[in-house]
Order: sequence, then structure tokens, then C-alpha cells
Amino acid sequence: MTDNKLLEVEHLTMRFGGLVAIDNLSFTARKREITAIIGPNGAGKTTVFNCLTGFYVPTEGRLTLHANDGPRLLERTEGFRIPRNNGVARTFQNIRLFTGMTVLENLVVAQHNRLMEASFFSLAGLFNLGRYAKAEKESVEKAKFWLNKIGLYEFADWNAGNLPYGSQRRLEIARAMCVDPSLLCLDEPAAGLNPRESAELNVLLQSIRDEEGVGLLLIEHDMSVVMKISDHVIVLDYGKKIADGNPDAVKNDPAVIRAYLGEDEDDELPPEVAADLNLDPKAH
Amino acid sequence: MSALLTSSRTSGSEIVKELAFFAVIALMMSVMILGVKTVDRPTGLELAVRWDLVVIAILSTIVGRLALIVRREHLSRLGQAILITIAATTVFEMFVRFREMDDRMAPPVTLDMAFSSFASVVVAIILLAIVFSIAYFTVRKPGANEDDSKPKLSAKLQVGYRANTKKIGILGIAFFIMFPFFFAGDRSAIDLATLVMIYVMLGWGLNIVVGLAGLLDLGYVAFYAVGAYSYALLSQSFGLSFWICLPLAGLFAASFGIILGFPVLRLRGDYLAIVTLGFGEIIRVVLINWYDLTRGPDGIGSIERPTFFGLADFGRRVPEGMVGFNELFGLEYSSMHRLIFLYYLILVLALITNFVTLRLRKLPIGRAWEALREDEIACRSLGINPTNTKLSAFAIGAMFGGFAGAFFATRQGFISPESFTFLESAVILAIVVMGGMGSQIGVVLAAFVMIGFPEMFRELAEYRMLIFGAGMVAIMLWRPRGLLSFRDPTILLHMTQKEKAVGETK
Amino acid sequence: MDWAYFLQQLINGLTLGAIYGLIAIGYTMVYGIIGMINFAHGEIYMLGAFHSLITFLICQAAGISGILPLTLLLMLFVSMVLTSIYGWGVERIAYRPLRGSFRLAALISAIGMSIFLQNFVQISQGARVKPIQPLVEGGITLLDSTDFHVRLSYMQIIIILLTFTLMVVFSLLIAKTSLGRAQRACEQDRTMAGLLGINVDRTISTTFVMGAALASVAGMMVTLYYGVIDFYIGFLAGVKAFTAAVLGGIGSLPGAMLGGLLIGLIESFWSGYLTIEYKDVATFSILVLVLIFRPWGLMGKPEVEKV
Repeated sequence: MTDNKLLEVEHLTMRFGGLVAIDNLSFTARKREITAIIGPNGAGKTTVFNCLTGFYVPTEGRLTLHANDGPRLLERTEGFRIPRNNGVARTFQNIRLFTGMTVLENLVVAQHNRLMEASFFSLAGLFNLGRYAKAEKESVEKAKFWLNKIGLYEFADWNAGNLPYGSQRRLEIARAMCVDPSLLCLDEPAAGLNPRESAELNVLLQSIRDEEGVGLLLIEHDMSVVMKISDHVIVLDYGKKIADGNPDAVKNDPAVIRAYLGEDEDDELPPEVAADLNLDPKAH
Repeated sequence: MSALLTSSRTSGSEIVKELAFFAVIALMMSVMILGVKTVDRPTGLELAVRWDLVVIAILSTIVGRLALIVRREHLSRLGQAILITIAATTVFEMFVRFREMDDRMAPPVTLDMAFSSFASVVVAIILLAIVFSIAYFTVRKPGANEDDSKPKLSAKLQVGYRANTKKIGILGIAFFIMFPFFFAGDRSAIDLATLVMIYVMLGWGLNIVVGLAGLLDLGYVAFYAVGAYSYALLSQSFGLSFWICLPLAGLFAASFGIILGFPVLRLRGDYLAIVTLGFGEIIRVVLINWYDLTRGPDGIGSIERPTFFGLADFGRRVPEGMVGFNELFGLEYSSMHRLIFLYYLILVLALITNFVTLRLRKLPIGRAWEALREDEIACRSLGINPTNTKLSAFAIGAMFGGFAGAFFATRQGFISPESFTFLESAVILAIVVMGGMGSQIGVVLAAFVMIGFPEMFRELAEYRMLIFGAGMVAIMLWRPRGLLSFRDPTILLHMTQKEKAVGETK
Repeated sequence: MDWAYFLQQLINGLTLGAIYGLIAIGYTMVYGIIGMINFAHGEIYMLGAFHSLITFLICQAAGISGILPLTLLLMLFVSMVLTSIYGWGVERIAYRPLRGSFRLAALISAIGMSIFLQNFVQISQGARVKPIQPLVEGGITLLDSTDFHVRLSYMQIIIILLTFTLMVVFSLLIAKTSLGRAQRACEQDRTMAGLLGINVDRTISTTFVMGAALASVAGMMVTLYYGVIDFYIGFLAGVKAFTAAVLGGIGSLPGAMLGGLLIGLIESFWSGYLTIEYKDVATFSILVLVLIFRPWGLMGKPEVEKV
């Protein structure tokens, strides 16, 4: 179990002025597992992602990524180098696609660094040398693979902004996968999806875990997604970790229930919340 | 007229009120700036009153506003066109009268002249007819539905254009190559074409920075200046030939781009604009004041003209050790040879700029530029280095500006800081934005509109910039995204260019 | 001598800075509310200068230029009113139809408007510089040593006092009145303000009018202070005033004033102690430095990048 570590977060603290967004957070995410971070709004989930992917520099703490060729310290790495050198890719809460570019272009742009090298920083590409032509072909093949996987192959030439919302979500995940990540961070991938799309998303995420062997870190509010597919759940409240374990253990944790329902609730859960947490109200 | 008003949804008195409001506004705006002219006299400034101008200004405002009301209420296409034509005529009359005030300038055309001979009556009628038909045919028919099942002509044209960009491009290039054959004897035509080509090249260069990478650069003229001065100084101090200096000028300009770009490229759009504007001004101020190097406002004169690739000279008196161009090819000497050679030189330089840009667009770096324009944060999350990517766009754009500058210096034979003012930057930027950001053919079109047309009306010299400014506003109001605004995908899987074009305009 | 010279440069710098500050407020208010660089604002200032010049000439022709306070008040009033209408008109013609459209379109339209207005005045009023004789003469000699006099002219006093008064009035206007509240609301969220019943169009028009009124005062003061104007004064003053607005933190009124004063002082001291030729270089270099290390300006609020 210990040699299976992918990401180790140790004593992560992030302050904005006087506000402590994350307070001494430690957790571990493992390879080939889906780790979900849940918690009420404002619990600091997205801030964790922003620290991991280099958009914020953490105030304190250590973020270690155990890549195949040894550990890397993420908090010391400049933003754009994290996906490039360390293989951490992410999606955004409010989708950030290149809306004016086509679906295919979105996926090719994600393979920028490899193509850039192949084109010898554009010089070889300028004269259309074979090496670059081959690399570009490969990148298109890779894009096709992901397009088929997310069911958008027919829409490859559409502008990304013209796709329906659910497809844009999936495209963003595919785009992140084109970076060849070892850790994929998804910020509320199921937000705004209808139940059918949500189920499709589950299949996609599981196949990324099982077939691609990528570790997933997931922020999600949709409990049906979290409870069904995650191997490991971490619960944050006011920037602190209040629970950590497998989904079944977490959903019965009194601290979690309190965080979601408030202090003064008695043990009886309202039925709709229980359904959300995928609980049987009678079993309680 | 009254029938026209009563059928409208707005009541007559409301319209009168509206017209009165705008009449008062027009009065206030014109009463001093137009109505009173300050005249220099030996004793000091004196005033000359020109009430006629104020009256005409108010009249044209009222008529123009009425035309807008007619349009707003979908009353009568004919009425609107007539009103617009009247308004245009009064504005024209106003500008003619402008000129009469100044004794130094004799009016080239006046309304009276229109009636002086039969030919001019015809010309006047044709002009009025053009204005009228533009006013008439650009309006939707009253009562016509928005979602007309018949596709609009403009949409059809757009699809036709988008589906055939390559053909249009090739035709265009062929036209420009053939151009000197049609106008072989016409000095001014070749000169004008060369000038337009310089701006096409500058526009294409800036298009990389603004159109592709989305970096708002208001100081592009700085790189143009660096290129021009590098050539002038290198050639005069070290006696280097144009063909050696040309790449050096590009290199210098690119290095300047990197030096300037490095600290400022992380700034947000508008801040970047103002800083680049500042840099443009700094370079100009340095050029003016560093007298020992640049000879300040006097400028650098007798800059070496280019030779025929170092093989032959174009001058009447050929320097020693050189052959005359005419001798080399057994032609009779003509001063046109040099002009035509210069034209082809800038054409080739511009086309190189174009092809490099088109090629770069399809390379990872070009795609990264466009991605960066769309969303910088997403780019960072994909491992794209934003600073280097922006810097490369800035440097490559600057390099082409430098090439154009070196060409400018060798063509003019004289350069001074006056050629590199902010206005030039604004013109180049306007060409890019009006062309439709990122559209290569759009740049050519806009360069023609912005440079070609005003140059053709040289007789109206002092109105040129006025019309130029008003034209900039008008084109932006008419087509905010530029004349040819659309983006060609860099790679397609299923569709052809044409299918994509049809799909998107639907 | 050293201190005297310093003091004199300080006075000159503050005067110049007050003028820049007044123009900068127009930029900062417009940028705050619709997020665009009103490139034609420098031309509005130039128009203000011309309006006040012509008003003065009319007063002179009418024979009332002897009554100085009346002439000055008339100049101020007429120039403010007429120039404001230009500010209103520019927004109405060139910016309003482009609101909510492509961002660069408004900027190009503004540049076009600036070129148009410049040439409009050049053609209608002539290209030559327009000199007038000094209206307000004399001043206070603050320090009188053998080799150097420190003078604070009455004109400088008027400029600084008038600027200060206008600043106070405008700050109160924005802080206390419903108009100011509407303006601040539009700054935050234009759509929401519109939904809550604020007339967004009118609020934006008012902002342009206010900016133009202040710029016209600056134009009048320059006419009186330097005694020469031409159609081209708007460009450089406009660029520097925008620099001042950015320096102070764009969107902030006190920031614009502070930025203006700083630019005035930098220019005055640079030309007083170093080279007069490179004063514009100094201004822009400082702008670049500020933007690199403090992109939100001296008094603006830093933006946290939203991911």
C-alpha cells in the first residue's frame, strides 16, 4: 500500500491575508484510485487544487508527487511546469475550453510540449520536416482516441463553444488527458449534468482509472458520483480535514453529517439528504 | 412628410422634441469650434464669424436624425435614403465652406462647380446616386422578417469567400505580381502600390501579435523604427550593403521585442497597450534627442539604395566596380526599374511574412498563441509557458516590423523620427482590427481602405486624416469584428473548409 | 539656491500635476465604469482649451475682458458646458453602439474619434499655435535670494485651488449622491444595475460628461498658464494623463489625482535636475516599473486571479 502513493499532501496551509482557506491539511492519494474531496461550499476544495496545480503558492506545507521516476515537490514548481514536467492535469469548475477553436484543436493544443519538441521549436515545422509531420499525425491519433472515448468523434470540427454543456465537460476532461498526466484533478466534473450524462461520466472516470492507470483527484458535490466511483473520500470543512476513508466509512461519520447538516440536527436524516448520501434512511 | 410622420409609432410631437434636442446639441457643438474662427493677425488673434457653418451643421444633424428616425420606425426606405443623401450633401457643403475660409487653400470642388459644366453635373449626379443607393439598399425592407428564409447576400458572399480563401489568395498574389505590367509607366501607381504593400506587411507582422496572440500592442512602430535606423546606421557607419543589413535589422528589432516584452508581457490587456504605447514614444524621443547617433529631428539622409542583389545598380551613374541594371539586362536606362524592383522587393518580403504566419498558425506555437488569446489560465493548466509563448509572438512580429523598417529606409533614402509617430502605430493596429483579427486577406483589404483610398484623394490633403478618423469609427460601428472576421481552423478531421464555412454561417 | 530651486520645481510640478490629475479623472471614471480606454479624452481636453480661448476672444471683442473675474468665470462656464457636450456626443456616436461588442472595436473607434477630432479642430481653427497674452499676472515671491527667486504665481494658486475644489466636489458627488451610487453600481455589475432600475445609459453618459467637464477645466488652465495652445496638445497630455490614472490605480479617483501629481513632479524635477529632453522617457519608465511591481497601481486594489 505504501509504495502505491501518488500524491502526498503534508501540512498544507494557505492564507489569504487574514483568511485561512486551508488549515494544516494532510492526505494521500494513491495510484489507480479515485480520491474524492468533498465538503460544503467554501471549504477550500478548489484552493487545494489551485495549490496543487501551481496557481497559488501555498503558505506552508509540502506537496509531493510520486512520479514513476521519483518524487517531485510541486510547491516549488512554477505553474505551467507542473503539468509539463510532473504530469498533473486539471479541469476547471467553470469550464475553460478554447471556445473559438475546434474540438480537435483543443485536444492538439494540449499536446503542445511534445509537439513543440518534435517541431524543434517550430524550425523543423516551418520547413515541414518528417519528424514533425509524424509527431503531428500521432497527436491527431491520440485526439481521435479520446474523441471516440468521450463520444465526440463526429463533432471534431465543431467549435468547442458550440457544443452542449455536458459535451464541453467531457471535452475538458479529454483535453486534460491529452497532457499525459499521472494525476488528473477534476473540479466538479458532474456539475450541471443530467442523470444520464452523470452516469456516462462515471464510466469515463472509471475507465481513465482502470485503463489508463491514472490517479484521479475529484472535487464533487454530486454524491451519486462520489459514492459510486471513488475509492477514497476526504471531507473538508472550513479548510480542515474532518474525515478521511473509504466512502462507506465517511458517509456514516458523525462529523461529516454535522458539517453538512449543521450542529443542532438530531441523528435522524431528512429522507432527501439521506438519498443524496446514498443511505437507506431506515437502516439508520 | 406629414403622412410619413403620422403613420409612425412615435407621435409627431415626440419626434419634433427629439429633433429639437439634437438641433440644440448640434448648435452647442458647432457654435464655437465651427462658428468662430481664430485668425492670426500681426496684432494677435482675432475672430472671424461663420454662422453659415453653424446653420449647415444644425441642418445636417436634423436631416440625419430624421433619417435615423425613419429607419428606426421602419417607415420608408425611400424617405430614409433621400434624407441620408440630403444630409451627406450638406455635410459635404460644410466641408467645402471650411476651406473657403482659409485664403491659402482654394477649394478644389464645390457645390457650385457641380453646375458649372455638363460633365460635372453628371459626376455630381453619379456621386449622389451612389450615396443614395448605399443608403437605400443597406436597409431592410419595412416589415421584412428577421428570419428571412432567403439567405442574405452578405451571408452568401461570406460563405463564398470562406470556402475559397486559398483561391482568392492565389488570385490576389497573381494580381500583385502582374500589377507593374499594367502600370509600367505610371510612377505614382507603383509608388502607391509599394506604400500599400509596406502597410500590408506591417499589418501582417502585427497580426501575429494582436490577431493571433491577442496582445494589444500600441507601439508597433517602435520596431519599424528600429529596423529603419539599424539599416541606415549600419549602412552609413560600416558601409554594409542592404542585403546584409536586412536580416540584421530584423534581428535587432526582434531582440528589441524580447527586451521590451520580457518585463511587460505578464500585464493585462489594456495595461500592455499603454506600456507598449509608452515604449513607442520612448523610442521616438530617444531618436529625436540622441543627436550624435541619429542626427535627431534632422534625420538621416542619402541612405544607400538597394542594388540588384549586389549584382547591379539602379542609378543613372553607376558606382565603380558595378554594372548598371540596364546594362546587365541590355535595357535602356529608366528610373522606373528601381521603383519596380522596390515594389517586387516589398511584395516578396510581405509574402514571406504571410507564408511564415500561415505556416506558424498550423504549428504548435501558432496554436498555442491562439489558445493563449482564448484563455491564458487554461493554457497554464496544459503546461504551456505563457511568457515564452507571448514573447515568441512579440519577437516574430517585431522582426517583420524590422524588415519593413529597413525596406522603408532604403526606399525613402531619408528617415527621421517624424515617420515613426503614434499615428503610424494606430494606423497599423487599425488595419489589423478592421481586417478582422487574424485574417490575412482582411489585412490586405483594410490596408487598401486605410492607405490606398486616402492616398488616391491627395487633392483633399488636409481632409484626409479627418475622413480617415471618421472612417475608422464608421467601419467599427458597421463591423465591430472587422471586415472579414472569422477564423479558419488549423486542422480539420471530417469537414472541408467549405462545409465548415457553410455550417458556421447558418 | 539648492533649496530654493527645489521649492520652485516642486511648485511647478504640483501645478502641472494638478492639470494632469484633472484629465486623469476622466480616464479613470470611464475605465472604471465601462472598462475601456477613452482614447479621445485627450482631444476633449484640447477642445476645452479651444473653447476657453474662443470665449476669451469673444469677451475681448465685447470689451469685457477688462473685468477679469467675470471673464474667467465665463471662460470656465462656457468651456465646461460646451466641452461636456462633446464628451456626451463622443460616447453617443462612437462608443455606445459598440458597448458589449468586441473589446478592441471600441478602442479602435476611440482612436478614430481622436484622429477625427484633432483634424476637425485643425481644419476649422487652423494648424498654427494660438497664443494669447497672459491674463493673470504677478505672484508671490516666496524666497528672494541674490541669485534665485522662488515665485508662486497667482495663476499657479488659481490652478491648485481650483483643482482642489473640483476634487472635493466630485468626490462628494460620487460618495454622497444617488448619481454617484448609480455610477458605483454600474462599475460593479452593469447588468444587475440595469435590472435594479438604474438607467445605465444615462449613468454612463453622465460619467463621460463629468470627465469632459474636468478635462475642459484642465484645458482652460493650460491655456491661461502657458498662453499657447494648438490642435495637437491633446495627444501627449492624454497619454500622460492615462499614465497617471494607471499609476494611481485605474478606477480610483484619488489615485488619478495622486498619479497626476506624481507625473507632474517627476517631469518637473527630471527637467529641472537632469535633462529636459528625456522627461517623457522618465515618465514612461516609471509607469513601466510601477506596472511590473504593482500592476494594480498605487491606490488600486490588487486583483486575486480567479481560476
